[in-house]
Amino acid sequence: MRQAIQTDRLALNRRHWMIFFTIFAAVFLALVVIGGTFLNPERIATNFQEKNLAPSLHHLFGTDWLGRDMFSRTVMGLSLSIKVGLIGAIGSTFIAVSLGMIAATMGKAADRIVSWLIDLFLSVPHLVALILIAFTLGGGFKGVVFGLMLTHWPSLARVIRAEVMQVRSSEYVKISKRMGKSSVWIAAHHIFPHLLPQMIIGFLLLFPHVILHEAAVTFIGLGLSPHEPAIGVILSESMKYLSSGMWWLAFFPGLSLLLIVRIFDWVGENIRILADPTKAHE
Amino acid sequence: MKIEAKNLGFRYDGYPWLFRNVDLTIQPGEIVGLKAPSGYGKTSLCKILAGYEKPVEGEVLLNGEPINSKGFHPVQLIFQHPEKAVNPRWKMDKVLNEGWRPDQSLLDLLGIEKEWMTRWPNELSGGELQRFCVARALGPDTKFLIADEMTTMLDAITQAQIWHAVLEIVRERNMGMIVVSHEEKLVQRLCHRVINLDEITSRM
Repeated sequence: MRQAIQTDRLALNRRHWMIFFTIFAAVFLALVVIGGTFLNPERIATNFQEKNLAPSLHHLFGTDWLGRDMFSRTVMGLSLSIKVGLIGAIGSTFIAVSLGMIAATMGKAADRIVSWLIDLFLSVPHLVALILIAFTLGGGFKGVVFGLMLTHWPSLARVIRAEVMQVRSSEYVKISKRMGKSSVWIAAHHIFPHLLPQMIIGFLLLFPHVILHEAAVTFIGLGLSPHEPAIGVILSESMKYLSSGMWWLAFFPGLSLLLIVRIFDWVGENIRILADPTKAHE
Repeated sequence: MKIEAKNLGFRYDGYPWLFRNVDLTIQPGEIVGLKAPSGYGKTSLCKILAGYEKPVEGEVLLNGEPINSKGFHPVQLIFQHPEKAVNPRWKMDKVLNEGWRPDQSLLDLLGIEKEWMTRWPNELSGGELQRFCVARALGPDTKFLIADEMTTMLDAITQAQIWHAVLEIVRERNMGMIVVSHEEKLVQRLCHRVINLDEITSRM
């Protein structure tokens, strides 16, 4: 009897495992960012004695035509990509929430204007708008980040708008009003708990988008400048060397980028499930 | 406090009148049944009385004065579907204490158990949720209660329990009440008189 209770206490349920792995994944992402920021820049210094080496224990991802360690470059590139992705996704989420709230709460005229803006941005392909904005702002880090922020909000804004409208017209909000609660109180207590998961999920889904678009724009040469160790830069440079058999130049950085994006996606999905009351028992 | 509806008329934009020229007066302590076929505007009338909708014509007076639309509304409406009337992202104790803090005796009377407080709404049944909605609506400033098909979705035992509790409180506080129900027997049993919306309105 006692033993049964003890094993019960020790056994982790699915929820516990999910929390555990989510934290683990988040720590891994944080490590990549920190690692990339504090990695000694000398590790990617040019060293012609060690150029064009295939992956080995000493150089996990090999070295490139200038003898730079590809592992260090990849980590630094990922770190930069994650930072750009974070800023871009946070900015986009902020714009989306603001515009969504404005559309849903400030009357018909505001709704029309915001809906028109959403349609406008959705009708232009992300990448085209992004290139235009990045180019207009003079390219580089600033251009890319602003471009990403200003192009990735429309679909989330639409979701937020619909959610706010739905919650606002629900019976429990109307009841709350008859109980004398103010609009501010209702917004904070009734509407916000419904928006929070949408915001988190929206942000986490935006992030991979933002990162991949950043890499894409950088790849075609309109994003971050070539001397920065961005994944897009690494990939576009290594294209020239692929035909000479140096597969590791593109393979590992590309795979790492995919991995990071997938981890982020997975963390987002888990947080969504953990935050949902109807799934509290799974 | 008595509630008066004067010359009420209601229609949705672009639709014909749902009802017009509705006059009714309900005294404190009086329990009145409201009857009409489906689609005759029972729910709309309830919503107007409880301040959820504005009448297109006429007005609602409480003790001869128009009701202040800010603050706790003295006429509280209990809806048919309790699962729509609670925020699915609130735990039950927050739902219960939104307007006021019901005391233990009221909770006992309604059969609300302590362990339900820490649950999410989707973990309780419709009957259990409706008890919370009733308790929530019976604040100290509630002078008038409207039960719009309050127990239609519930089983017989829960119905009986909730009605017993509500009747006891309504009598104790000398509140007025409107009961909307399709169940003839229930209305006859509960109400002092029955108003047929069909007969007091002119539809055109």
